[in-house]
Amino acid sequence: MSDDLALQVENLDVHYKDFQALWNVSLEVKRGEIVSIIGANGAGKSTLLNTISGLMVPTQGHITFFGKDIFGLSAHKNLAGGLSLVPEGRRVFSRLTVYENLVMGSYTPRARSGRDEALDRLYNLFPILKARSDQMADTLSGGEQQMLAIARALMSDPKMVLCDEVSLGLAPAVIKDIYKRLNQINDEGLTIVLVEQDIQRSLKAARHAYVMLEGKVVLEGDPSSLTEEEVKKAYFGI
Amino acid sequence: MEELAQPILNGILLGGLYAIVAIGMSTMFGIVKLVNLAHGDLMILASFLCLSFMTWLGVSPLLSLFVVVPIMYFVGFFVQGYLINRVLGKEMEPPLLVAFGISIILQNLLLLIFTPDARTLETSLAIKTIPIADFLNIPVIYLIDFLLGLGSISALYFFFQRTYMGRAIRAASDDETAAQLMGVNTRNIYAKAMGIAMMTAAMAGVLIGMTFTFYPHTGPQYLIIAFGVVVIGGLGSMKGALAGGLILAIAQLLGAHFFGPGFQLFCGYVVLLVVLALRPQGIFGTI
Repeated sequence: MSDDLALQVENLDVHYKDFQALWNVSLEVKRGEIVSIIGANGAGKSTLLNTISGLMVPTQGHITFFGKDIFGLSAHKNLAGGLSLVPEGRRVFSRLTVYENLVMGSYTPRARSGRDEALDRLYNLFPILKARSDQMADTLSGGEQQMLAIARALMSDPKMVLCDEVSLGLAPAVIKDIYKRLNQINDEGLTIVLVEQDIQRSLKAARHAYVMLEGKVVLEGDPSSLTEEEVKKAYFGI
Repeated sequence: MEELAQPILNGILLGGLYAIVAIGMSTMFGIVKLVNLAHGDLMILASFLCLSFMTWLGVSPLLSLFVVVPIMYFVGFFVQGYLINRVLGKEMEPPLLVAFGISIILQNLLLLIFTPDARTLETSLAIKTIPIADFLNIPVIYLIDFLLGLGSISALYFFFQRTYMGRAIRAASDDETAAQLMGVNTRNIYAKAMGIAMMTAAMAGVLIGMTFTFYPHTGPQYLIIAFGVVVIGGLGSMKGALAGGLILAIAQLLGAHFFGPGFQLFCGYVVLLVVLALRPQGIFGTI
């Protein structure tokens, strides 16, 4: 039964010094699923992703990734283990070219051998990046930078990718395009966790959804079984 | 015109040496925003290391580079990995103070071990010249400074552009968090970067020792040259270090030519002030 579990988070508490950002958060992601975490600004979504990926150190709880305990492991070790994060705000390397950004994505020894195939695959997925490969990353538009951030996170051939607010500040047409690509790579077998403020879009994409409010998970379920009323109540805490 | 040829030629050749003196400090500033006040003293440490190997093993200074350069890599790795990384954070002052402390400790350690005597890395190359015209000679030692300086900088440039580690260093300096998400152990990569900066310092130290006399307290003198070079050229830029080195050295030697040796340093700093006034970010600076 636990064989198809990709990620399991149990009773996670996270503090920023004296402030508790996450309270007893638990969630499960099955292999090959798209799971959505929605919530308003400051609900703790990014904190949760940053903690899972190892950028932040949790206070207590359990995090298991494909059966392996990764609680408190640092980000570079988690990446080597196949857990990749597309960070909030894209964070592309602005003074490196698009090509160099992608090459950095294959930094781990495991990824280096498959670099050229991964490059081909991602250039196919995002043809615009191939056209822009020699440009500095900071000359790209917001949407292109987001595609670069996603492609870069996929260069290491991860087992799971966590996406933090990939639609933030982008035009609806671009968002639609990016979601199409995310569905495409999910069809190829990659497990995806999406964090969004945009309720409609992320519920449509997901197999399972969690709603967070003030550092706690307040609602979870199959998007088709959740009523709009329920979700709105949980989202705004009314 | 003819009498200007010699100081200009010497200035160009010396510029290569100044560039390699500055490049390590400039690089580390570009990567971790560290102003390494101990850079000059670490260079002089390399000069004394070279001196020791020459006395123990009877090798020439250039041959001793094969030992001194790797040793300095580990010195740099240790200094960054175990001292400066501990205080690396949002503020610039703590790393600055650690570097200052290392500078004081090194100067006094060298004084204790080697006494305050003037030293030089003796080599027969120091007095050789290649005549290329009646009025123009190439001092062989300056030529070696220039070629090895230029060679090291080219190698460094290649390293930063083409290798995984070089790209990882640039990526980490761009965005530390994002680099960690690519699987880079950034603290470890900073230590390695300092190791590489110290390899250039080792090269600079040995060349300085072969070209000039040095004492345990000569470090700050070259630190100031390094500062001059990066201010003129632009902090963190490799092209800038090369251009800055050339400009500072030519200004110094032309100054000495026109106004006498007492004006050598003065003229260098006048150029420095002019650049600061007209282009405060340096010639190739981006800020």
